Amino acid sequence: MRHKGHSVETIAAWVLALLWLLPLVYSLWSAFHPSEYATRFDITAPLTLDNFIRAWNQAPFARYYLNTLMLVSLVLAGQLIVSTLAAYAFARFRFFGREVLFALVLVQLMIMPDVLIVENYRVISALNLLDTIPAIALPYIASAFGIFLLRQTFKSVPNELVEAARVEGASSFGVLWRVFVPLGKTTYIAFGLVSVSYHWNNFLWPLIVTNSVESRPLTVGLAVFGAPETGVDWSVITAATVMTMAPLLLAFLLFQRQFVQSFMRAGIR
Amino acid sequence: MVSAVMSAAEPKAVRRKAWLTNINAWLLLLPAIVLLAAFTHYPILATLYHSFFSLSRGGASEFVGLENYTYMLEDDVFWQVLRNNIVFAIATVPTSIALALLMAVWVDKKMAGRSFLRLAFFTPTVLPMIAVANIWLFFYTPDYGLLDQLLKSLGFSGHNWLGDPSTVMTCLAVMVVWKEAGFFMIFYLAALQTIPPELKEAAEVEGASRWYFFRRVTLPLLMPTTLFISINALINSFKLVDQLVIMTKGGPNNASSLLLYYIYEVAFTFQDTAFAATLTVTLITILAAVALTKFVYLDRRIHYQ
Repeated sequence: MRHKGHSVETIAAWVLALLWLLPLVYSLWSAFHPSEYATRFDITAPLTLDNFIRAWNQAPFARYYLNTLMLVSLVLAGQLIVSTLAAYAFARFRFFGREVLFALVLVQLMIMPDVLIVENYRVISALNLLDTIPAIALPYIASAFGIFLLRQTFKSVPNELVEAARVEGASSFGVLWRVFVPLGKTTYIAFGLVSVSYHWNNFLWPLIVTNSVESRPLTVGLAVFGAPETGVDWSVITAATVMTMAPLLLAFLLFQRQFVQSFMRAGIR
Repeated sequence: MVSAVMSAAEPKAVRRKAWLTNINAWLLLLPAIVLLAAFTHYPILATLYHSFFSLSRGGASEFVGLENYTYMLEDDVFWQVLRNNIVFAIATVPTSIALALLMAVWVDKKMAGRSFLRLAFFTPTVLPMIAVANIWLFFYTPDYGLLDQLLKSLGFSGHNWLGDPSTVMTCLAVMVVWKEAGFFMIFYLAALQTIPPELKEAAEVEGASRWYFFRRVTLPLLMPTTLFISINALINSFKLVDQLVIMTKGGPNNASSLLLYYIYEVAFTFQDTAFAATLTVTLITILAAVALTKFVYLDRRIHYQ
């Protein structure tokens, strides 16, 4: 009886898992087969890279890749520097206005830049940055979330280590660099993976502030390419879709455990 | 840290040190403060400010008091997107949570191929919403799409899934549940792994059924996680609008539009930034209310444990 219950559950779990993979598997099917097989599932259908070649030639995807890469690197580098400095101040200094400032930082956890699109557009336009990659990145560089995570990590660093570094004559910046940063490694990895995934996938804000091939990230490029008005063949659109998700998907498949753990750490805080 | 140690012997040197600590800390915080002020605090205040002014098309904008708000309350589309958002939240939040819990319980067990199961459930989380929308758009395409082809092969007639106000929300909700459930699963998984195995052994000795154990022990222990996930899912249901740009543009007849998408439309298609500011104030109020509930209720609960 017991065993029977278990195998029924195993089957149910597998059915759900296969169902869950279906949309992805289908998009791969359609991307790697000629368009007449888009909804004809024939095992003998010939495989082809033609859809990818056509997508690549019909829109500047190389440029979109470059833009997305520049965007995620810029955001990540900025976030790491800004959050490290701020978290260090919050975790290790007693100064005037600390509680108020920390509360002001936490406001961003509640009201994220994603919903302040109207006013942020005005700010970006006042800074004369419209249609540039920094325009997409700037609202996200000070990350309350990053500051919060790193502050927690830095607070747990034992005082003895700090004292030891001080005895050796390290300045407060030296202590940060030689004691805190190395000890925050797992937090940095977790935050980094979440940040890169988020900004690789982000869409609405980049759509609003960009208007040209030179600044559009992959997601916006894909939306422009796939718009029904363009009349592009469905299989070619799927190929472009697969191209957009491929780098992140491959990274995830290779570093599954790190991804899951990072998302978890970052979510639980 | 440093300034905490005050000694009466050298008040001058100590005060100097306290000064230095303050300056050091503020310098460390400077980049974060400037950026947060420019892209979070100022925009929030500016949104509020602009919601009390008329639109300045060419001329100067005037203070109009609550006129924008009266207009909003009389705007049928506003009420419709708000209703849509609530329906969307009710449709997606409990379903994703229930599925996430089921997935987590399965993956947590010693089941054949559990790492494959976890992979399958979690994968949609790392995909861009815009790519997901593209794939699902084809499922729902009338006649040519996968769903209609499947129905036709079974002898049913096709349907314009995204073009029919009565089915469009369900279609979008199914897709969002598919994308989100695996993300919430990992939090349940983490929580399940903290339940001591002795509890289960004791229950088995007592002869408790698995279902009884799940209901009386596992579920209550997962309560903080459930609350945490609910709040996050609720916030997401107000933030997720990427799919609308690709799939429906809020249509047909605003049947699938959500508050943030309406803000986007009003601000960037209709160029009515004053009204968009008013709508944004509403959205900010909702998000702040949810976050405060979380702060008062959830954080305190976790504290007690």
